[in-house]
Amino acid sequence: MAQFSLPQNSKITAGKTWDKPAAAHGELAEFKVYRWDPDTGANPRVDTYYVDRGDCGPMVLDALIWIKNKVDPTLTFRRSCREGICGSCAMNIDGGNTLACTKGIDECGSGAVKIYPLPHMPVIKDLVPDLTRFYAQHASVEPWLKTETAQPEKEWRQSREDREKLDGLYECILCACCSTACPSYWWNGDKFLGPAVLLQAYRWLIDSRDEATGERLDELEDPFRLYRCHTIMNCANTCPKGLNPAKAIAEIKKMMVERRV
Amino acid sequence: MADVKVPAQRPAFDRPLSPHLQIYRWSWTMAMSIFHRVTGVALYLGTALVVWWLVALATGPGAYETVRWAMGTLLGKLVLFGYSWALFHHMLGGLRHFVWDFGMAFERGPRMALAQGTLAGSLVLTLITWAIAYAVR
Repeated sequence: MAQFSLPQNSKITAGKTWDKPAAAHGELAEFKVYRWDPDTGANPRVDTYYVDRGDCGPMVLDALIWIKNKVDPTLTFRRSCREGICGSCAMNIDGGNTLACTKGIDECGSGAVKIYPLPHMPVIKDLVPDLTRFYAQHASVEPWLKTETAQPEKEWRQSREDREKLDGLYECILCACCSTACPSYWWNGDKFLGPAVLLQAYRWLIDSRDEATGERLDELEDPFRLYRCHTIMNCANTCPKGLNPAKAIAEIKKMMVERRV
Repeated sequence: MADVKVPAQRPAFDRPLSPHLQIYRWSWTMAMSIFHRVTGVALYLGTALVVWWLVALATGPGAYETVRWAMGTLLGKLVLFGYSWALFHHMLGGLRHFVWDFGMAFERGPRMALAQGTLAGSLVLTLITWAIAYAVR
C-alpha cells in the first residue's frame, strides 16, 4: 500500500532565512530551497535566499550557483553542462521536475521560486538524490544492440524510415525527471521500471537492427515492470527534452497485444 | 533482461525521502487519473445501492417503499447524484483510456483536452440525465 505522507525523518521543518545581499545591482528574487545535511541527520528544512538578479544569469541554475558562490557555500546540487544535455541538474522547480539549467527564473511564476530534489527519492544531501536504483533499472533492460546474425563487414545498416523510428527516443538524457514525476513510480518504484527506463526499453524494441525483440518483450510482460503505467502523463508533461515516455509505453503495450494476435 | 541489482548503501543516517505529493504541481491528466480511481471505488458503493434497490423490489411493496423514501430525501438525492456523476466520469475515463490504448492523443494539446473533456462531459451528462428524470417524472 502506498504511503502518501512523508516518513517521520523526512518531514520538512522551518529553515533559515539568509541575509539579503548588501548592495544589490538589480531586483531581488526569493528562492526557497530544500536542505538536508547528512552530517547532522536532522530533519530536512527549507532555507530562504535572496538573489541579486542584476548580478546573476537568467536560469535557475545560475541562481543556485550564485547562492553557492556568494551566500552559502554548503548548498549542494549536481550540475555539469549547463545546456540541457547532461541531465545532472534535474530537480523539482516550481512544482514540476525539470533541468535547472534550461529553466528560466522568469518562467517560475510570481512569488518565491521553490526548489526541491527530484520527488520520492532518498536524499544524499540537499538537492542531490540517490539514483542508484534508477540506474540499476536502466541496466536491467540491457540497453545495447543485441544481434544473432553474423557481424556485417561494416556497420549495421538501417533505412532512413527505420532510423526515423528512433526520433523522440534517442534524445533522452536519463535525467530521471519523468520517472520521479510519476505517482506510479512513487508508490511502486521498486517493481515498476518507470517512464524513463521504459522509453529506453522501447528505443531498443523498435530498433530495426535489434534481434532480441521477443526476449525484451518477455522480460517486460509483468504486472509491475510495464503495466503499472496508468497513463497519468506526468512524464510527458514534465520531460525537459519534450519527449513522450507515456506514448513509448503505450507503443510497448501495443506490441504486447500485436504479437499475441 | 537481468534482474534489478541495487548495490548496498551505508549512509551514516537514514536518508530522508524527498517530498512528492506534498510539492508536486497538479495537472489535468494527473487529477483525472486520481478521479478515475476514486470514481471507480465509488461505483462499488453505488452497486451496493442498486442491489439494495433490487432486493427491495423482490421483497415486496413495504421494503420498496423504504428505498423510495430513503432515496427521495435530500441526502438520498445527493448520493444518487454523486453516483450518477461517478458513473459518467468513470465511463468517460474508460473511453479516454481506450483512445490512449490505440496510441492516440498523447500530445500535449489532445491529452489535456481529453482530461478536461472527461470532467466537463461527465458533469454535462449528469445534469442532462437529471433534467430528463425530473422532466418525465
